[in-house]
Amino acid sequence: MSVAERMAGKRICICTGSGGVGKTTTAAAVALGLAARGQRVAVVTIDPARRLASSLGLQQLENEPRLIEPAHFAGQGIELHGELWAMTLDAKRTFDELIDLLAPNTATREEILANKIYQELSSAVAGSQEFTAVAKLYELNASGRFDAIVLDTPPSRSALDFLDAPQRLTGFLEGRALKVLTAPTGAAAAIAARGSGLVFSALRRVTGVDLLTDLSAFFRVLSDVADGFAERASAVNRLLGDPATTFLIVASPEPTPVEEAIFFRQRLREAQMPFGGLVINRVRMLAHTAPTADQSALAADFGGDADLAARSIEALRDMRALARRDAASTRRLAAELDDEHPILVPQLDRDVSDVAGLVAVQRFLFARPRERSALLAERAF
Amino acid sequence: MEELFAHSLLVVTGKGGVGKSTVAAALGLAASRRGLRTIVVEVTAREDVSRALAREQTSVYTELAVSERLHHISIDPQRAMEEYLSEQLPVGVLAARFSRNRIFTGLTAATPGLRELLTIGKVWELAQHERRTRGAETYDLVVLDAPATGQALAMLQAPRTFASVARVGPVAKQGRAVASFLGDPQRTAVLAVSTAEEMPVGETLELRSRLREDLGMDLSLVVVNAVLAHRFSDRDQRTLRTAPPSPAQHAALFMASWAHRQRMQIARLQQGLQAVALVTLPFMFQSALDREALELLSRELAP
Repeated sequence: MSVAERMAGKRICICTGSGGVGKTTTAAAVALGLAARGQRVAVVTIDPARRLASSLGLQQLENEPRLIEPAHFAGQGIELHGELWAMTLDAKRTFDELIDLLAPNTATREEILANKIYQELSSAVAGSQEFTAVAKLYELNASGRFDAIVLDTPPSRSALDFLDAPQRLTGFLEGRALKVLTAPTGAAAAIAARGSGLVFSALRRVTGVDLLTDLSAFFRVLSDVADGFAERASAVNRLLGDPATTFLIVASPEPTPVEEAIFFRQRLREAQMPFGGLVINRVRMLAHTAPTADQSALAADFGGDADLAARSIEALRDMRALARRDAASTRRLAAELDDEHPILVPQLDRDVSDVAGLVAVQRFLFARPRERSALLAERAF
Repeated sequence: MEELFAHSLLVVTGKGGVGKSTVAAALGLAASRRGLRTIVVEVTAREDVSRALAREQTSVYTELAVSERLHHISIDPQRAMEEYLSEQLPVGVLAARFSRNRIFTGLTAATPGLRELLTIGKVWELAQHERRTRGAETYDLVVLDAPATGQALAMLQAPRTFASVARVGPVAKQGRAVASFLGDPQRTAVLAVSTAEEMPVGETLELRSRLREDLGMDLSLVVVNAVLAHRFSDRDQRTLRTAPPSPAQHAALFMASWAHRQRMQIARLQQGLQAVALVTLPFMFQSALDREALELLSRELAP
């Protein structure tokens, strides 16, 4: 099955997987393929390679998708019947924009944006990037401008953060928790106040930092937006489970990405979120029949260079060893993820971080079975 | 390389997926071979280094012996913080209405850097000649398998931040001692691990900039992992390209082209690093790295 079939009837494609597996390239290639096939698609990237970013014009000032001029793809053997829009997520700005939207007035908004703890929270804290990625997804989806949206996910240390993070963040900001931790009013609250007073004085003693002022200011102003925030977070979570949403798990044959992919599949099962399929990048394909390599014939091919022939045979041996390893990883992934026909993208004989590379990857993702088999066989060792 | 082993702490950092944990483990092995009592510290909830050192058990906060002179410990930053705060906060407060979890989540957000500080504080403690716990093993060398780049920098930065923000209290005091230790180039060295690919190289160069600008530190060494041998000269490649197609010819051309791309990335790295030393480790074609392969790598790294 190709990506086209897996995306049939879906509006949202979320590409997950551990860092370094080519997630961003995959997300961009999926978006490109869908755009070529007539859809108006937006891709939200998180951490694109410098060259890919510049070749797609992604170094931009707005936190909004920009239309990629079809001219970028001229001469690459692909025609865009739809539109490809792309952007790089700016987590801090997305967060700030959300505050803009939710704050009841300018004064509150200014106070939040200036608060030290808010600044720390919105830019550096784990959970912020994941949450804002999905918040941006929500916003783009709600706008109705696009037929399909493809989301790249942050290069978290663990791909699992993606599902956890919004909950953690909203749990923290949830209205009730805020009321408990700040100085609330009312009789029952007096008890809680004593409790929180103890927390703060202990913290001050231990850390030497007087958090009370900053923290209560932070909670006080944020309580104005907390409910709106929590509501938004719920809507965002609902979008993740929507029938029109699908998750692609992207992996490569290395040990860590394989383990992460397996874990992540399990998490999707537990959260009852839709698994759209597995993409395995950078695969070295093993030829079905072991190739013969006659050293003297080869030397003849090389104008009598027997040494080159010997080294080439070593190269073949090494590539086949790699390919065997990759085949084992692929089998394991297919079994554990319950995807009999993962989409394999071979390690290409070129850089993939430019437009030509993207078009090449896209070809593998969208190829029909027969074309794909032929393409893969060409590159097998 | 020998200079490196004269330090008390080696911070091994790098983008996820480049084999950082393997290099940390290989360094640990090499150090222990030189007679240094070494501990490899892994800061993560996952057991990357444990896997590399072929351990079956996982150690969480327990110092386990891998061999006579090589120990291992896993530190989960969240747990480190929770344990520390549990000790410090009054018991009654924690039993109160709000859940323990919410407090800790709140405190983490509210005191950014605290978790990192406590983690690097634990690492620092391991490197001291006088251990806090009586009878605890002392180490000649601590090899820190630091979390991916951003977090590693946060860990190196945290003591300094706390020392400036907090004047009194046990945390501030420790912060100052740790900051001074980390900033002493005789005692602490920072290494970066990369592969010869675009993104990891870019990140390594950026890490170096941030180390220099934000921390006044520099990289002592860059280790480039999984580097293919330069097997085919330009002339070889010309011969290969004009030869009739065959499996061996295809494989040779593929590897030659791949190796060439790698060399270009290494050149880019070298140019950006200027005087910083760079060593490469060979690509391992065999199945997943086992203990034997690790020994091999450690000898490549530090003969």
